[in-house]
Amino acid sequence: MKRIGFLSWALWFGYAFLYVPIVLLVVYSFNESRLVTVWGGFSTKWYGELMNNDALLSAAGLSLQVAAVSATLSVILGTCAGMAMSRFGRFRGRTLFGGLITAPLVMPEVITGLSLLLLFVAMEQLIGWPDGRGVTTITIAHTTFTASYVAVVVQSRLAGMDGSLEEAAMDLGARPAKVFFVITLPIIAPALVAGWLLAFTLSLDDVVVASFVSGPGSTTLPMVIFSSVKFGISPQINALATLMILLVAAGIFVASIVMTRQDRQRKRDEQMALQTG
Amino acid sequence: MRGAVSALAAVLGRLGLWGRGVVVAVPYLWLMLFFLVPFLIVFGISFSESVIAQPPYAPLVEWLTDEDAGTTKLQLLLNLTNYLRLTGDDLYILAYLNSVKIALVTTLLCLFIGYPMAYAIAKAPPARRGPLMMLVILPFWTSFLIRIYAWIGILKGNGVVSNLLEWAGITSGPVEILYSDWAVYIGMSYCYLPFMVLPLYSTLEKMDPTLLEAAADLGCRPFKAFLTVTLPLSIPGIVAGSLLVFIPSVGEFVTPELLGGPDTLMIGRVLWNEFFANRDWPVASAVAIALLLVLVVPIMIFQYVQAREAEER
Repeated sequence: MKRIGFLSWALWFGYAFLYVPIVLLVVYSFNESRLVTVWGGFSTKWYGELMNNDALLSAAGLSLQVAAVSATLSVILGTCAGMAMSRFGRFRGRTLFGGLITAPLVMPEVITGLSLLLLFVAMEQLIGWPDGRGVTTITIAHTTFTASYVAVVVQSRLAGMDGSLEEAAMDLGARPAKVFFVITLPIIAPALVAGWLLAFTLSLDDVVVASFVSGPGSTTLPMVIFSSVKFGISPQINALATLMILLVAAGIFVASIVMTRQDRQRKRDEQMALQTG
Repeated sequence: MRGAVSALAAVLGRLGLWGRGVVVAVPYLWLMLFFLVPFLIVFGISFSESVIAQPPYAPLVEWLTDEDAGTTKLQLLLNLTNYLRLTGDDLYILAYLNSVKIALVTTLLCLFIGYPMAYAIAKAPPARRGPLMMLVILPFWTSFLIRIYAWIGILKGNGVVSNLLEWAGITSGPVEILYSDWAVYIGMSYCYLPFMVLPLYSTLEKMDPTLLEAAADLGCRPFKAFLTVTLPLSIPGIVAGSLLVFIPSVGEFVTPELLGGPDTLMIGRVLWNEFFANRDWPVASAVAIALLLVLVVPIMIFQYVQAREAEER
């Protein structure tokens, strides 16, 4: 009995550790006082100021654009890579390919950022592209490191999927491309959505790599947050953080509703199939 | 007719193969160009010399034309001074040792907080495990930067922790935990905790409960059963989780920059400063290569553990 007590205590401590900082962040975003940690009454004035902060809003727009484009690109690349790793058996260079996929996951951000910047500089010297650094280079950099995450997500979904469906389609004469689009893609679609969301979040969160490969005039939202946070705390950042947390919570809420509905639909379909058959 | 069909089939077959080739080639080429090649460039530039120019490094390879002899030769200059500087200057060695120390403490903190959590979740009724795990992963979806920022308000003098300690009468006056190594430990273990809990949970959940029942039937006390049965069986999870926390912690930049003091030296910070403050690209590259050397062994162990896990499945 004593041990159970210790375990639930540890669990509560862990959850408190994870959530209390986030709750405090949200609470203090409604604080009247400029001193973030002294409560001066309820106010939404920081949200108002946030809406008038043009530098921050344009950085947010740029970040959302980069995140959307790079997440889409990395889903395409990651799906190809995941398919190659789990469905193509042995092919020449598979070991190197596997290494190239997993290495970006553990590579320190400072190295990824530095190495991509040096590549862009060398390419500009050699072939004149990319002309300076900006949105394009940030998008390429984010695609590169997020594609690995998508590849891992897709690969594990493919590994858990029943391969006999694809084989049956192949036996019935469907070409590989058709098998992929008609059978495989619908089944791994949840993994693609999860991969896209993960890539989007990682891109929206990155400050280190973006700082290396961005140019003048292309400042992303995390870069703005980072430079303002470095000089202490400001209630505006609390307000911004609250909005971002709200956005994530809403996204997860919608995703879970869609998933439960799909699950229910699938179960209903299975029952129908059983009854008619 | 039959000939036409078989010809068509052959063409389609080739197309199928071609399609397969593209599926491999596109991500392969992308990763080669934007991951492997950049890395080789870093390696190359780490042997270069810093110059005041645009870009600020001397080319490694140069065509030298000797006017008198009328010959042209290709000269490759490899400069080892950057590496000599790394080994000769205490700053760099201290930064390396400190990074490893901070990463180790972070890993241990994550293990101490994460193991009981993972164990408790694995012991919970099956229907409750999913939501409990979800609660561990959820914070991961909110911005890393924002989560680090949250700790500034908690740890600074006159912050939440300081006020709590003062209210409880433990301290008399504000305590400044921010801008110290402890702030970095707390912030980093906070951010990396889900990485520890996930693999631990997946090994603990797979464990056969009858093993513990057998131990109890044979008269083993629960704590001893935990030490002799559960703990050894969960070692793969401990190793995977520790590496997932340790590896990114060593090269961490944002957390020590925001929560650490000016004397919280870490390699990520040194690299950043060499690049942005000193504009010394060759030394920054040499620091990057040396950082990778520190990480090569843990990364290889990690790959090995992952591969073995994949085989067992």
